[in-house]
Amino acid sequence: MALDHAHPTDPAAGSAPAPTGHGEGLLPSHRLPMPDGGFLLTTLDTLLNWARSNSLWPLTFGTSCCAIEMMSTGASRHDWSRFGFEVARATPRQADMIVVAGTICFKMATRLRILYQQIPEPKWVLAMGACAVSGGPFYYDSYSVVKGVDRVIPVDVYLPGCPPRPESLIHALMKLQEKIRTESVATRKPHVLPPFPFEHVVMDPEKEFDHR
Amino acid sequence: MSAPTTDTKAKSPTYQDYFINMGPQHPSTHGVLRMIVKLSGETVLGLTPHLGYVHRGIEKMTEAQTAVQITHLTDRLDYLSAHMNNWAWSMTVEQALGIAVPERAEYLRVIMSELTRIASHQLWWGVFGMDLGAFTPFLYGFRDREMINDIFEKSCGSRLTMNYICPGGVTQDVTGEFEGETRRFVEYFKPIIEEYETLVSGNVIIQERTKGVGILPADRAKAYGCTGPVLRASGVDYDLRKNHPYGVYPRFDFRTAVSPEGDSWARYIVRLEEMRQSLKIITQALDQMPKEGPVRTKLPPTLKIPKGRYMARGETARGEIAFFLVGNDSPKPYRVKIRTPCFSNLSAFPEIIKGWRVADIVTVLSTFDVVVPDIDR
Repeated sequence: MALDHAHPTDPAAGSAPAPTGHGEGLLPSHRLPMPDGGFLLTTLDTLLNWARSNSLWPLTFGTSCCAIEMMSTGASRHDWSRFGFEVARATPRQADMIVVAGTICFKMATRLRILYQQIPEPKWVLAMGACAVSGGPFYYDSYSVVKGVDRVIPVDVYLPGCPPRPESLIHALMKLQEKIRTESVATRKPHVLPPFPFEHVVMDPEKEFDHR
Repeated sequence: MSAPTTDTKAKSPTYQDYFINMGPQHPSTHGVLRMIVKLSGETVLGLTPHLGYVHRGIEKMTEAQTAVQITHLTDRLDYLSAHMNNWAWSMTVEQALGIAVPERAEYLRVIMSELTRIASHQLWWGVFGMDLGAFTPFLYGFRDREMINDIFEKSCGSRLTMNYICPGGVTQDVTGEFEGETRRFVEYFKPIIEEYETLVSGNVIIQERTKGVGILPADRAKAYGCTGPVLRASGVDYDLRKNHPYGVYPRFDFRTAVSPEGDSWARYIVRLEEMRQSLKIITQALDQMPKEGPVRTKLPPTLKIPKGRYMARGETARGEIAFFLVGNDSPKPYRVKIRTPCFSNLSAFPEIIKGWRVADIVTVLSTFDVVVPDIDR
């Protein structure tokens, strides 16, 4: 057994020669063999939340200006892969979360709802930018902008700013990680979709193609 | 490098052309543009762009806001050319009210606009690489773009939607570090363009996928009203900064980047050349700029737009933006029509993509460099 020296209390380790030169004073304490036989106790929640919060795969969903700042966050200087977000997926079926980056209009809202429903549980939503939080600069006089994406899909973290800086986005993503770490598998329930008056119309490309 | 294929093969009696949706949620459409593509196998028989997924009603919103308030809406049209949009709108209002702009502000406008043009082309260059499957250009482009963002941030506190150029000049003077930092950036970026060339331009895959692909002839480009790099890559020597100069552009020595081929490759090299010319303009503007002086004309608290029709246009990173303003002796405009470059550029796209493959849709659309909120407004 290659790992025998790490299990000094293991009865099978008796025949192996005692490791010399690796005395207790030479290794840092976390490298020392575990006294009770070398396993780690944890709760299922901690383990799952650790895994979930540190590899969140966002859906590439950017409608307008905030998408550029989201790209900046993913690029050289800010590099969100340090926190486990770099695997931006183009399909909702592989994603864990949506960063709603940009204005959502009524025409897009029905599609966003479909995208959200296609993400497998567990899933989270981050509303990035003033438009996604409340309609932002288009709150008052615009007839086509949804006044906040939480009227379409449930939102976990709100991030104001027009557009928010990359540092703010990283902060918001870390807040989301904190939120995920407090969740429990036993009590976690999927969010309920808010009522939205417009239902999705099936897109028929043949019908909508310009045949001229 | 293949010619567009024509669909002449004999078909089985059960054969049917088929239609697919590309978008609105698609990573290569640069936003939420939906394209309905009619296909035969992998050959594109036709394409219909379907707009309106980020239609925010900006033209209607302008009727409820004052002239200075509208400036922040123009940022959000083509957010990669925010300074130029601000400038075009400010020129419209200045024309309506007869406001003169201080000398220093004119130079600041030019420097900021050319920096925006470089930043926009850097981002385009990175995303173009990503559309073709290369992630590295994206990182290189953003590395250099952050330096421009730093300059913007120190001048107006914002990285993307600046709202810096406003009717009457610019909102505030730049800090003392501005000139040195901008010069440092120009010196830094000159050799970096050559690095871009070695990294992407010489790549065989990039050349195979762009040279001769998606040719837009000059007459069609003119007919569709294409402007900007898309038009200049078709061999039409037309640049608003040269042909109908505004601001202090006549004082600078630069040349219009033109390429006669009209294919994706031409659009690529035209943008790289534009970055070089922008660097030239910035250096000259920094040399000529008065070191002191006001940057904003004193305006009355309420800007009443006199009765009449006014129009001004400017050259953004994507082409020509024009604002048509109808005043009604009230602070709020009676009507504002915005002519955005991406809308006209996109209208030429369905025609030139016919006969090419599905994968070429991504390449050619990427070289058109559309910004969807600019199309939908």
